[in-house]
Amino acid sequence: MPKPFTPKVMTANALLEGDVIYMTATGWTRHLEEAEVLTDEADADLRLIEAQSQPGSVVGAYLAEVTVQDGVPHPTHFREDFRATGPSNYHHGKQAAATEERF
Amino acid sequence: MYHYTEFDADFLAQRNAQFRAQVERRIDGSLTEDEFKPLRLMNGLYLQLHAYMLRVAIPYGTLNSRQMDQLAMIAEKWDKGYGHFTTRQNIQYNWPELRDVPDMLDALAEVNMHAIQTSGNTIRNVTADHFAGAAADEVADPRPVAELIRQWSTDHPEFQFLPRKFKVAVTGAAADRAVIKAHDIGLRIVERDGAIGYEVIVGGGLGRTPMIGKVLYDFVAEEDLLPTLEAIVSVYNLLGRRDNKYKARIKITVHENGIDDIRARVDERYALIRPQFTGVDQQMLARIKADFAAPEFKVGDEAPYRSAYQNDAMFRSWADTNLSAHRAPGYAIVSISLKAHGKTPGDASARQMRLMAALARRYGHDELRISHEQNVILPHVHKSDLPSVFSALRAEGLGTANIGLISDIIACPGMDYCALATARSIPIAQEIATRFDELKLEHDVGPLKIKISGCINACGHHHVGHIGILGLDRAGVENYQITLGGDGTEDAAIGTRAGPGFSADEIIPAVERLVLAYLDLRSEPAETFLQTYRRLGMAPFKAALYPDAETKDRADAA
Repeated sequence: MPKPFTPKVMTANALLEGDVIYMTATGWTRHLEEAEVLTDEADADLRLIEAQSQPGSVVGAYLAEVTVQDGVPHPTHFREDFRATGPSNYHHGKQAAATEERF
Repeated sequence: MYHYTEFDADFLAQRNAQFRAQVERRIDGSLTEDEFKPLRLMNGLYLQLHAYMLRVAIPYGTLNSRQMDQLAMIAEKWDKGYGHFTTRQNIQYNWPELRDVPDMLDALAEVNMHAIQTSGNTIRNVTADHFAGAAADEVADPRPVAELIRQWSTDHPEFQFLPRKFKVAVTGAAADRAVIKAHDIGLRIVERDGAIGYEVIVGGGLGRTPMIGKVLYDFVAEEDLLPTLEAIVSVYNLLGRRDNKYKARIKITVHENGIDDIRARVDERYALIRPQFTGVDQQMLARIKADFAAPEFKVGDEAPYRSAYQNDAMFRSWADTNLSAHRAPGYAIVSISLKAHGKTPGDASARQMRLMAALARRYGHDELRISHEQNVILPHVHKSDLPSVFSALRAEGLGTANIGLISDIIACPGMDYCALATARSIPIAQEIATRFDELKLEHDVGPLKIKISGCINACGHHHVGHIGILGLDRAGVENYQITLGGDGTEDAAIGTRAGPGFSADEIIPAVERLVLAYLDLRSEPAETFLQTYRRLGMAPFKAALYPDAETKDRADAA
């Protein structure tokens, strides 16, 4: 019996900055919570093709597993957690960007 | 220092111009990522977890102050104000943006530096003893031959697509500070009947199949070294396993074929190619040796050093751990710790880099070295200047007195930065250092090397740590295995796995139990952790690591 499809988000790195990015319904974001959650396998396959057809802006697109709480995606694996938040040892990357953008 | 010629400068300029065009073509869409990736890797540019990473070679770990200042400038202008010094004597910038990298490479070229062959299946940055040219126990300075190997291997047409990456390390002393037995080729300079030659060791390496290298030749004359190296790499290039990347390193080739078979093949290849080496390489080596002439050492009064040592406990503590014997009277080798308790091993801010450059200029004959243990060395400091050097270092957070102690931890970037990692290394190193600083046991424990890798590739050298820690992913959770008894010196040994791994929450208490057990078990304070382990074996340490298992065993037996 095939494994049931579990929720995913489309993620990649931005070509110019290398930043971790996530696909939304209309483009790309740097914030996981804004990512489009894909719950249908066919939709996810289409999104993957769409992402891979944008080599001029994104690198290494893949589908990452998430769980959804209150409509917001959360990583299921610690690697994706680090990608979403930034490194442990400095307030750099996502953490710094979040501070700059929101405060 | 080796002085770049016009040829060297032109070579770098052309190479950088070529890469600049490749970056432009990637950005305008003319190159796909699949086409661009091998090109960027040839220039040391990776795409990691959060950003690009540029790995810059510091050949045999040698820098002058101008180069260190330039590394600081690059960190500030194009990165986030710091750089990470690695176990292969490179510096990595963790946050460059793609369109800035050509400018970064041009800035490096201004001070004769580059990122060539810091990635890819080719001969990587040649490493050497970080006390080269200064150590009291040195037979000869290993840097001239390391520079010759760098020149020979750079863009060598036969060796750009080897089965896997290939690492060469050189030491000029009997005491191995370059971990030569864990390299694809390790060279030790030896003297026989007054002539300088090389012991050639092949097939060492860490990673998923750790192996200690084997002696291929116990003495190769200086003029025969380069053809010997060429013959070894040629044989590996043909024989190495390209069918399976996990079996592609020369250690597997040596293991599968046997050292005698490899020697016979190298001998055969050597006989064929030896006539091509007409002595030009020896002329080059002579010129390079002249560039590495020792500085003119001064004669000074050591009274300021003696006074500080007697009257300043902090200076004395630092001097006891961070100074090493120099070959010139009145001089010392200073190891600057990049392991302040709780900081990231190997990281230096631009400000710290500038201070170290200034100290080298003022007190250190303009020389700096990067150690494979992720520290910075001032190789030539007169003892009279040491109090001033220490005072300046302390003011910038660089005065930690912990070289060779429990907090002087090698840690790879781990999953905080590296796309290959399976767990984090940095927080574990930070927590161990902080914990033992709190316990105030560090100096009582004495020499102890902890090395942490965030994946099986073992960039953190965990296999040769007295205590090795390997971070893995166990069912979606970070898990840390401990190995004991590893040694990266001339008595090289691969550590033995102690048992099941520990979670991130459990690993620090486990290391603490291990070290407290050692304090109880040692025969006298002078017996090091490694000596105690070698005397008693795994059992008492395992009991300390897994006290519940011991209880369970007893309960089961009852």
